[in-house]
Amino acid sequence: MDLIAPLLTGYGIWAPVTWLVAFVAAVIVVYLLWKTGESSYKKGTELERPYLSGNVEPEKGAVHIRASNLYWGFLQALKGYYDVLVPVHTGILTDYMIWFVAVTALVLVIVGMLS
Amino acid sequence: MTVADFLFTNAPALLVVIPLFAAFICPVAGKISSTIRNLWVMGMMLVTAAVAFILAFRVFVTGPVLYVFGAAAANLAVPLDSGGIPIRIIFTVDAMSAFMDIICAIVGVSVLLYSLSSESRNSGLEGYYTLFFLMIAGVFGMVSTGDLFNFFVFLEILSLASAGMIAYRIDGGLAVEAALKYFILSTLGAIFVLFAIGVYYGQYNALNIAMIAQRMQFTMLDKIALVLLVAALAMKCGAVPLHFWTPDAYSMAPSSVTAFLVVASQASLYGLFRVVFTMYNITMNCVTVGWIIIIFGVLSMVVGVTMAIPQKDIKRLMAYHAVSQTGYMLLGVGVGLAVLGNTTLTSAFGFMAMEGGIFHIFNHAMYKGLLFLTAGAIFYRIGTRDLNRMGGLGHTMKYTMIFFIIGALAIAGIPPFNGFASKLMIYESVYLFNPLLAIIAMVVSILTLASFVKVFHSVFMGPKLPEYADVKEAPLPMLIGMGILAAIVILFGLFPQPVVDILVAPAAHALADQGGYIASVLGGA
Repeated sequence: MDLIAPLLTGYGIWAPVTWLVAFVAAVIVVYLLWKTGESSYKKGTELERPYLSGNVEPEKGAVHIRASNLYWGFLQALKGYYDVLVPVHTGILTDYMIWFVAVTALVLVIVGMLS
Repeated sequence: MTVADFLFTNAPALLVVIPLFAAFICPVAGKISSTIRNLWVMGMMLVTAAVAFILAFRVFVTGPVLYVFGAAAANLAVPLDSGGIPIRIIFTVDAMSAFMDIICAIVGVSVLLYSLSSESRNSGLEGYYTLFFLMIAGVFGMVSTGDLFNFFVFLEILSLASAGMIAYRIDGGLAVEAALKYFILSTLGAIFVLFAIGVYYGQYNALNIAMIAQRMQFTMLDKIALVLLVAALAMKCGAVPLHFWTPDAYSMAPSSVTAFLVVASQASLYGLFRVVFTMYNITMNCVTVGWIIIIFGVLSMVVGVTMAIPQKDIKRLMAYHAVSQTGYMLLGVGVGLAVLGNTTLTSAFGFMAMEGGIFHIFNHAMYKGLLFLTAGAIFYRIGTRDLNRMGGLGHTMKYTMIFFIIGALAIAGIPPFNGFASKLMIYESVYLFNPLLAIIAMVVSILTLASFVKVFHSVFMGPKLPEYADVKEAPLPMLIGMGILAAIVILFGLFPQPVVDILVAPAAHALADQGGYIASVLGGA
């Protein structure tokens, strides 16, 4: 058995080991470039403090962007979609049961008519 | 007979007997001491996993294994005086069953190891481990049995134990409510399954899957039974629009349990595939039923991922992703089913789609289990699931963060992790069937990545927050549990073709080969 044989997808191939070798080579190149950079950084000095146009640095908890602030634009763009989808998830057991029975009935009609 | 011979011969029965024995001795072990109990449960889980691997090895090397309970010989399926009907309970473990056994064994060991730490601060652990082993027995029984009524019994054992586990933390009644929803929906599904079994028994005078498959006429009653089974099992595996219980149950259960609930859902998915491929196969209209499964799959992918993005509870978010990933499996195997009657299309892409879907079952169990365990580690340390209250944990929970990154990249289908390999097989084969479906699948992967970028940023990035200044890394057993799954995610991603050759392709062949399944049971009569 060839352990590193590429995955045959029926349409193409995927050779992860080759990809990994290329990835490691790229990481080495990036590391070498990084090593050529400025090395005067000193830990624990003024260099570590953020510069916010002269303003005082806010509390640590205040600068972290929380989950609810992420993808606001995406959710707004799809507001119509979410206005329909979210209310369907009522959390009410009887609603879940109605969905279950209704979908079963629908599939029964489809299978009964088309098969 | 040596111990090895005994294990080898009786492995199918032991797969259920050992977890049941472990479950009922657990409270006694707990009365002695917590150390004895922990040693007992870990030892029993390792023995169960070893038996599962022995059985799987036997199946993949020699072919399907029959185990007839109470017969003179383990493979004597049809007694001479039974009128040609296999009347006894028969376990029929083919490559697809063995494939599922391996998943259950790996996740079971990882979850149990993790639980030793994650649940150590809670009371009632005897009940916890008893229910856990009942879940293990339920899954092994469901995927191993060749008898429909027996399948129903194990489904019920799994549902009851799962409901107990979901309610385990109570959590001000929220967990109990989630468990109640799961329990009642599961009971309704079980009634559907039982009704379908009654239909088969009334028509074919048999409960054995192979016997029913051999006699299948696809009458109107068979259509009704098919729909009841498909609907019930699709609901149990969390397919949209029957998925509503999933975010409630997955988010309220302890994370270790949630990781195993993924496997429990996949056992129902296995049941769904077993019904349509082994019992009905080409006697039914494969195109219609195949497209129904594809539509379940597409809805699951799209609704699951889009509902995940706005979530603020980390486990609820992951639960919606579990729904979304189930969609990939349904899509791949649904395409295989839709073209099952056409040999040309099956060999051109249908079989590859099935292989992709089945491979994704394995991969999903590993990376989704890993992600739920990382969520559990975070909850263990900071006591909240609210993403809005998290941040900066990458400074202190470095290993958990690494495991999360591995799981997140795998679920998003980023190379070289295992999720990419199975998704690539699905994309390329489904593209040949219908390009639009493949494009939807790829867009869903992009949205999955976007969603997990949000989680990664919210939980691990940012400055070290003052309220979490004293947070430490997760305990070692939890890290080892996560590490086992992470290692498999990486290994199966780097070496996918041997996995496909050894595990996936035989499983897909076993599923598609109805004649072979029937012959393995009734051929020895």
